[in-house]
Amino acid sequence: MIEIGKEIQTAAYLFAGILFILSLGGLSSQESAKRGVLYGIIGMIIAIVATVLGQGVEGHIYIIVAIAIASVIGILVARKVEMTSMPQLVAILHSFVGLAAVLVGYGSYIDADTQTLAGSEHTIHLVEVFIGVFIGAITFTGSIIAWGKLEGKVTSKPFLYPGRHLVNIILLIACFVLGFLFVGVDVATGMTYLYIMTAMAAFIGVMLVMAIGGADMPVVVSMLNSYSGWAAAAAGFMLGNDLLIITGALVGSSGAILSIIMCKAMNRSFISVILGGFGAVAKGEAKEMEGEVTSLNYDAVAQLLKEANSVVIVPGYGMAVAKAQYPIYEMVQYLRKEGKDVKFAIHPVAGRLPGHMNVLLAEANVPYDIVMEMDEINPDLPNTDVVMVIGANDVVNPGAQDDPASPIYGMPVIEVWKAKTVIIMKRSMAVGYAGVENPLFYKPNAEMLYGDAKDSVEKIMGFLKG
Amino acid sequence: MKVGIPSEINPKELRVAATPKTVLRLIKQGFNVFVQSNAGVKANFSNAEFEAAGATIVPLAADIYSKSDIVLKVLGPTVEEIDLMKEDLVLLSYLWPAQNPDLLQKLADKKVNAVAMDTIPRISRAQKMDVLSSMANIAGYRSVIEGANYYGKFLNGQITAAGKVEPAKVLVVGAGVAGLAAIGTANSLGAIVRAFDTRKEVAEQIESMGAKFLTVEIEEDGATASGYSKAMSQEFIDAEMKLFLEQAKDVDIIITTAQIPGRPAPKLILDYHVAAMKPGSVIVDLAASSGGNCTMTKDGEVYTTDNGVTILGKLDQLPCQASQLYGNNLCHLLDDMGKAENFKIDMEDDVVSRAMVTYDGKINFPPKPLPVSPQKPVVAPVEVEDPKITAAKNAKKDAVGMVIKLCSIGLLLLVLGQFAPAEFMQHFTVFVLSVFIGWQVIWNVSHSLHTPLMAVTNAISGIIIVGGLLQTTNDLSTPMTILASIAILVASINIVGGFFVTHRMLKMFKK
Repeated sequence: MIEIGKEIQTAAYLFAGILFILSLGGLSSQESAKRGVLYGIIGMIIAIVATVLGQGVEGHIYIIVAIAIASVIGILVARKVEMTSMPQLVAILHSFVGLAAVLVGYGSYIDADTQTLAGSEHTIHLVEVFIGVFIGAITFTGSIIAWGKLEGKVTSKPFLYPGRHLVNIILLIACFVLGFLFVGVDVATGMTYLYIMTAMAAFIGVMLVMAIGGADMPVVVSMLNSYSGWAAAAAGFMLGNDLLIITGALVGSSGAILSIIMCKAMNRSFISVILGGFGAVAKGEAKEMEGEVTSLNYDAVAQLLKEANSVVIVPGYGMAVAKAQYPIYEMVQYLRKEGKDVKFAIHPVAGRLPGHMNVLLAEANVPYDIVMEMDEINPDLPNTDVVMVIGANDVVNPGAQDDPASPIYGMPVIEVWKAKTVIIMKRSMAVGYAGVENPLFYKPNAEMLYGDAKDSVEKIMGFLKG
Repeated sequence: MKVGIPSEINPKELRVAATPKTVLRLIKQGFNVFVQSNAGVKANFSNAEFEAAGATIVPLAADIYSKSDIVLKVLGPTVEEIDLMKEDLVLLSYLWPAQNPDLLQKLADKKVNAVAMDTIPRISRAQKMDVLSSMANIAGYRSVIEGANYYGKFLNGQITAAGKVEPAKVLVVGAGVAGLAAIGTANSLGAIVRAFDTRKEVAEQIESMGAKFLTVEIEEDGATASGYSKAMSQEFIDAEMKLFLEQAKDVDIIITTAQIPGRPAPKLILDYHVAAMKPGSVIVDLAASSGGNCTMTKDGEVYTTDNGVTILGKLDQLPCQASQLYGNNLCHLLDDMGKAENFKIDMEDDVVSRAMVTYDGKINFPPKPLPVSPQKPVVAPVEVEDPKITAAKNAKKDAVGMVIKLCSIGLLLLVLGQFAPAEFMQHFTVFVLSVFIGWQVIWNVSHSLHTPLMAVTNAISGIIIVGGLLQTTNDLSTPMTILASIAILVASINIVGGFFVTHRMLKMFKK
């Protein structure tokens, strides 16, 4: 086996780091995004090869076998996954990073080489191990719960119990104390401490995500994304590996920015999302709903669409659940052929993952230049004839603008009620994930169309053509 | 209450103020309806149809004027007609009060309460009674139909076995109701439509009807609070004339609809524009009655110029359709005034007070202005602190805050450097700089790519595989190697799965 020197390896790492930065930078536009992914892949290959060929690496055969098995699994999963379940996939992949960070932390702790360190170097190494395992464990269990919630295996309602903040704080303090003790003891005792701390961190991870409602999932997923980065960075510190540090820091800040963007889009502070419990408690006196909820049949909706010149479609999680993006785009193509101006309007937090709706629409071949962001579409809405809200609820709630008692008051929303007619396609009158009543349904220009989104769109299409 | 509809006595007027359908509505509103015999004949409504709808047919106009409480007419009354009217009669018709002060005086002297349908303010609430709009809509439609009639070719482009036909090019000048209706009609007949208007705000409406908005490169907006356009500066007009000349050479049909209330229509298409047009082209001048937008228009005539351009100075009224819409407008107004039961002249009402040009023996004209156009916010000269001073103050505040922050960070790093070993500091440097780079790079990622971003960062965070790689040994039985192998396994799934799924997603994005 060829071996390369430490200097060459560092150079390779530097190159890989640059490629990773270019990779993330490439995602700033659709045109350069594919190139970005290519940079990422090349960077990753360089990093792995440079590591394996480096000095002191043994067990090449196990490495190759492990990577080969994993590649097959990875490709199979990535090929099979439906675009609607992208959030689940991302969440479960985060848990893998968390798990790997925990394992690497344990490995580093029992590594004979590190036992010989002395003085502050030893202390710092132990702190690094401790922090790395702590973050890794939270990421691991938190991501699994997030996956469960998205997959519907765990209830998406926030799980709350009295005094949960207190319990979490006590656990945190306990971990902190354990960390102090951990630095001064021998390997056997230290191992016990590490086990206890891992268990506590795992529990914190579970509880943290359990307490967060389904509507806040975009924040949670991006937050876990950020954690997985910090876990990798921590591993980099304990192994003294700059590439891990660079990459971990990149991913960590990327996830943090996404979380901030999502929180801004919901007008909530990051802290309040993390502490959870949103949507379970109504604040103040809820505004009495005035007016009447009226509903239409498929024929009438088709008629409205036929008469309209401009149509805006606002998709939400309901579209993802019903996998309605294909029939919707078929309908859009039909309407556009009839000379109507049809656009999509996407709220930043629609769906369960940042940019979730964009991906689903792209899957159905919707050209991205007719997909508008909230700020782009809001000024056009007063001149729009028909708005179709498909499986979205909280992101079109007028209460966010005019009802200070509403829990989502102040959140920027798509102002669909300003259009001439709003058709809301919904399974039932149930409230959205935020658990907030929607005054939109009671507006005189709003009409409900109950039923599964895919089914409804197909039926409307039938009437449009017939 | 009795509503009477006399025949129009002007022989050129083909419309009638009610149709069998609107008679039905009036009866539903609680009115008794009287229609003069043969009032609707020119618009193809027979006496029998009116009777079937519930109206009583009356032979003489005199009977209508003496018996009715409300009279519905199209054109303003003549002197003879006013003589027939009784006191307190409510008259609904066109009056053009600005141009006909004598008529107003006569109506006031006679104590007739006259509503000039042409002065209904053009606000949203009154749109349903706005006869100018409903008639302009018809005129716009008709202008294309008649223009096409005189134009010797297809409007739409075709490729047939007998050869290719180029689509006709239509220029619409003035995008009010008539202009927009003309754009829509010409567009649906398949012509290439362009439209010009001095008001920038209508560009969107023009485009929504399917025409290309033409404009000149001078920043001047012709919009006014009344919703009509104002007269423009000389510089603007020169640029406009140049544009029209280019267009005149190119287009086949020009439809002009520009009118300024109370003034002769602006001259937009001049002799040299007409001269530049191709033989066989057509000009339809909807402003013919107020002097014409084209200098060569002859009001009420259709003729062909020496260079073969046909200029239409009159249009068919489409009397049946026009009567129906006009009648509906009147019904809406009566509905608004309280129907038969609660009929009331409410001079507090925005619409009634402006349209009721004579009331209780007095002339009530001109009315107070009522803005209808979306107003640009007028910037009031408010006393503001000089923005430079404010900015300087803020900058100072920011600078102080920044210094404090930087000092504390520096101090923290100093303490850290005191205790931490050199190697750690080196890694820490890399870490902090990487966080900053990530921070700068990620803000540029477009919103629609957040999911792929997440998948890619996910794949990249699989870099933790390096940790596992460094820890494997040749002996699989040591715990460290086992841990490391599992770490390599899960991290690799991440890398391969993450990149693959990102690639799959990005492949789907297309323009």
